Amino acid sequence: MTDKVFDYYLEGKTGRWEVIIGLEVHAQVTSNAKLFSSSSTKFGSDPNSQVSLVDAAMPGMLPVINKYCVEQAVKTGLGLKAKINKLSKFDRKNYFYADLPQGYQISQFKFPIVGEGKVILDMPYGSKEVGIERLHLEQDAGKSLHDQDPQNSFVDLNRSGVALMEIVGKPELRSPEEVGQYVKKLRSIMRYLNTCDGNMDEGSLRADVNVSVRKVGSRELGTRCEIKNVNSIKFMQQAIEYEAKRQIEIIEEGGAVNQETRLFDTKKMETRSMRSKEDAHDYRYFPDPDLLPLELDQDYINNIKKLLPELPDEKKARLMNDFGLSSYDASIIISDQEISTYYEEVAKNSDYKLAANWMIVELFGILNKENKEIKDSPVSAKNLSKLINLIKDNTISGKIAKTVFEDMIKGNQDPVEIINKKGLTQQSDPKELEKIIDKIVQSNLDKVEQYKSGKDKLFGFFVGQAMKETQGKGNPKLINDILKEKLK
Amino acid sequence: MTINKATVKKISKLARIASDEQFEDFMIKDLNSILAFVEQLNELDIKNIEPLSSVVEQKLFQRDDVVKKINEKEDILKNSPVKNENYFVVPKVIE
Amino acid sequence: MTTIAKYTLVELVNKIKSKEISAVEATNAYVERIQKSKNLNAFVTLTLESALEQAKKADESNKKDGVLSCAPIAVKDLFCTKNVQTTASSKILKNFIPTYESTVTSKLWNEGAILLGKLNCDEFAMGSSNETSAYGNVINPYKNNNDTLVPGGSSGGCSSAVAANLTSATVGTDTGGSIRQPAAFTGIVGLKPTYGRCSRWGIVAFASSLDQAGPMTKDVADSALMLDVISGHDEKDSTSSNIKKGDFLKNLKKNIRGLKVGIPKEYIVDNMPKAIQSLWDKGIAWMKDSGAIIKNISLPHTKYALPTYYIIAPAEASSNLARYDGVKYGFRAPGKDLIEMYENTRAQGFGNEVKRRIMIGTYVLSSGYYDAYYLKAQQVRRLIKNDFDNVFNEVDTILTPTAPSSAFKIGDKREDPIAMYLNDVFTVPVNLAGLPAISLPGGLDEAGLPLGLQLIGKPFDEQTVLNAAYALEEKIGFQSQVKDWWM
Repeated sequence: MTDKVFDYYLEGKTGRWEVIIGLEVHAQVTSNAKLFSSSSTKFGSDPNSQVSLVDAAMPGMLPVINKYCVEQAVKTGLGLKAKINKLSKFDRKNYFYADLPQGYQISQFKFPIVGEGKVILDMPYGSKEVGIERLHLEQDAGKSLHDQDPQNSFVDLNRSGVALMEIVGKPELRSPEEVGQYVKKLRSIMRYLNTCDGNMDEGSLRADVNVSVRKVGSRELGTRCEIKNVNSIKFMQQAIEYEAKRQIEIIEEGGAVNQETRLFDTKKMETRSMRSKEDAHDYRYFPDPDLLPLELDQDYINNIKKLLPELPDEKKARLMNDFGLSSYDASIIISDQEISTYYEEVAKNSDYKLAANWMIVELFGILNKENKEIKDSPVSAKNLSKLINLIKDNTISGKIAKTVFEDMIKGNQDPVEIINKKGLTQQSDPKELEKIIDKIVQSNLDKVEQYKSGKDKLFGFFVGQAMKETQGKGNPKLINDILKEKLK
Repeated sequence: MTINKATVKKISKLARIASDEQFEDFMIKDLNSILAFVEQLNELDIKNIEPLSSVVEQKLFQRDDVVKKINEKEDILKNSPVKNENYFVVPKVIE
Repeated sequence: MTTIAKYTLVELVNKIKSKEISAVEATNAYVERIQKSKNLNAFVTLTLESALEQAKKADESNKKDGVLSCAPIAVKDLFCTKNVQTTASSKILKNFIPTYESTVTSKLWNEGAILLGKLNCDEFAMGSSNETSAYGNVINPYKNNNDTLVPGGSSGGCSSAVAANLTSATVGTDTGGSIRQPAAFTGIVGLKPTYGRCSRWGIVAFASSLDQAGPMTKDVADSALMLDVISGHDEKDSTSSNIKKGDFLKNLKKNIRGLKVGIPKEYIVDNMPKAIQSLWDKGIAWMKDSGAIIKNISLPHTKYALPTYYIIAPAEASSNLARYDGVKYGFRAPGKDLIEMYENTRAQGFGNEVKRRIMIGTYVLSSGYYDAYYLKAQQVRRLIKNDFDNVFNEVDTILTPTAPSSAFKIGDKREDPIAMYLNDVFTVPVNLAGLPAISLPGGLDEAGLPLGLQLIGKPFDEQTVLNAAYALEEKIGFQSQVKDWWM
């Protein structure tokens, strides 16, 4: 895996191109109430049932900040190994839209709560560090429905005012795969920290994708376009591929890329210019006079740091060091906090590597087939652990274990019971095996001759016969060793 | 820095105020006289002065993460110019 | 004319509590006068029937609790009053009925006061003459021969109503002088508390870092009583100060011996009318007479306060007024799509002064101009505040005239916005620095029109300001010259 090399380049008519991508990820903060008002943040409620006077921008309304949202932003910043800014300010971003009742969004422009940080990606060609520019808190907007009525749009302000963390990444991503890994990593960190549920279907996580292209070897950045509000990794990747090719084509035909905002049309699978954003947006940022600067002291930050759970990268390092897992296996285990919890439960009492292998190959195979999450696993960690121990102590072979597993998934059955019921205990008594093998050798002297004179493939025949005689329960290693001895 | 018709048109667009010939003419006049008036500030040397955005000298109050009032839909929609039981209704937006 | 309407608030409350007069009698006294005073156009919305009902209930149940027990009070139409139309004197909020009550007015009702109605003002509090209201001009109860005069602004309906005895007291708002200047034009007392002293929650916002609610009353004791009621920390307003409440009426005293009073030389402006200068001199003499120590001081950046204000206030207003878009409440004009609807609604719903300020505010915040205007104005603001901080090391209060003229004729200054803005030259620096200040009537000019004296105090030191005003008030012995000519 580490022999692989980065190779996402696009061949144009005039040469080789590389793609520069920077993401602005919007993550909804997990909290009970909104950022500046006390209404609920629950998803999917009756329209306009979670809207306070402040959210609806009634005359005379004022924002009051939610302390938990501040903590969540600090936690996330610490998870991104970023600088926490002890002084940050809130600014108004002024523009008009139906889902923006105030006519401005309260955001942070000049002084965000979190500064530079980084994220580490596990790519097939090695680890890649991607820089984070900053993270700031801002209000989410409401939702407009355009397809309910031919003449009118309908506005639901439930989401208006929900706390968002905008995570601005440096333009250091170079391929759709890297983008996928970046989003997954961010999501994983925030889920570990419980600061964002990362549920892209519900819109808890979405991204604006900035794409530009340049000739390989060039040091300058090309003109970028921003693809707004993409809410799935697959769409992000498709949008990037389309957009990169579009830009390359324009440049190669002698034109110039317009810096603009675009949308990804998921039906046509192409990006197009956003009509409403054609006029240059002048947001007229200025400090929100209804709020005071946010000041955090070191004690506050330290207290949050103390309570942080183990993060994915730390866990991965620990799994590799203490449990001897490969980087690849460790990456898979840590990708989800629930998976890693399950793994550590299994590995508590059984062989680390077997545990990893069984989870990644057998268990995930079943989960994927049945479209289940680890939390709905048909096999408990305890039972999987038992199964692994039965293999390790030679009670059953790995092959038999697979059949046992097939029964285990039907109602989380105890493997010991299955083995006993079906009499699957491995035959590992060397004396017994020797007796059986002697019998086979005696009955197949002609084949023994043929094997001895060079037909190596016949070894498999003898193994097969031994397995048949033991009803598949023969300890494969012992059979192997004994046969080798006898057929010398 | 004087304001001309193009600037007035641009500002009206940003401020979402419909403008016509009459509006533009009187805005050009008034805005330029206000700008001339505020030019005096350039007499001052303010190079190292920290801007003052609030006279309040206290820490920002942070409230607890508690949901208050479960459903205010009726109050929220009560004053809507276009009545609808569930939504605010606006003329269509073309994306 | 019944004398009940002439009582001060303190007198009225005492007489209601002692049952010398009933709540209904008190309310009727005002109702009758209001009904005969349509020509002043002080009100946008009247709640006379419900006021009488409440008064009746109070009399029947014999409940005269609260320090404002049954006092009939009208409030500026900038305060959101639950179930009572609140328009900010604008077409764009016509028929807007709030489902909530502002913190300041809640406090009034909690202390037993009864709402008479909503008072006219300049549209969205933008103006110095109450000539920009969508509901018509307000007339000053003082006349100059046959000329009708402006009552000042933006709280013109408030000042006119108090001076004409149409309410026992009122609350207005002051962003650049909108309580003090109209108080000076109509011969009443107007107090702007320290920024953060009173909650802004539920007050239609104009310029958030400058707006402050405050009492407009017949005398200084009334002002102290009202301040006791309306001040206090509000968690719903992040700029509300958590400083402990004062006990202003209780601690009101006339002895100002030893008080250090500053006289800023920069407030002597070009073409200062003789009457104003002479009033100021009299004020200084009265102060000395009371045992105060007069000190000449300098507030070097005074002249930059108006231009600073006319960048910051419109900038904040342009953003605060973005929510008036025809979507959620108020007036909506038709449009073929959303943008057209916005543009038509705001063009038709806002008056010219409001549009002027939104445009200027939008301009000074726009890309390329932010540093040159807005940022610079914020830096000058700091210099202005520093000026005050410095002098308050040497003095306890500052004495100046409130306005550069007495009330002028309606229509006189409407053509030139700058001429109108100059009305605020003495009041605006106070808002920029967030300080408390009071205006009280100091006398009359040659035309028999009231002139105001302003006292400015240290942050949260309204007590000193009120005491100095209290002492001065006694020395001045001002008597209202209002005759009911409009009835």
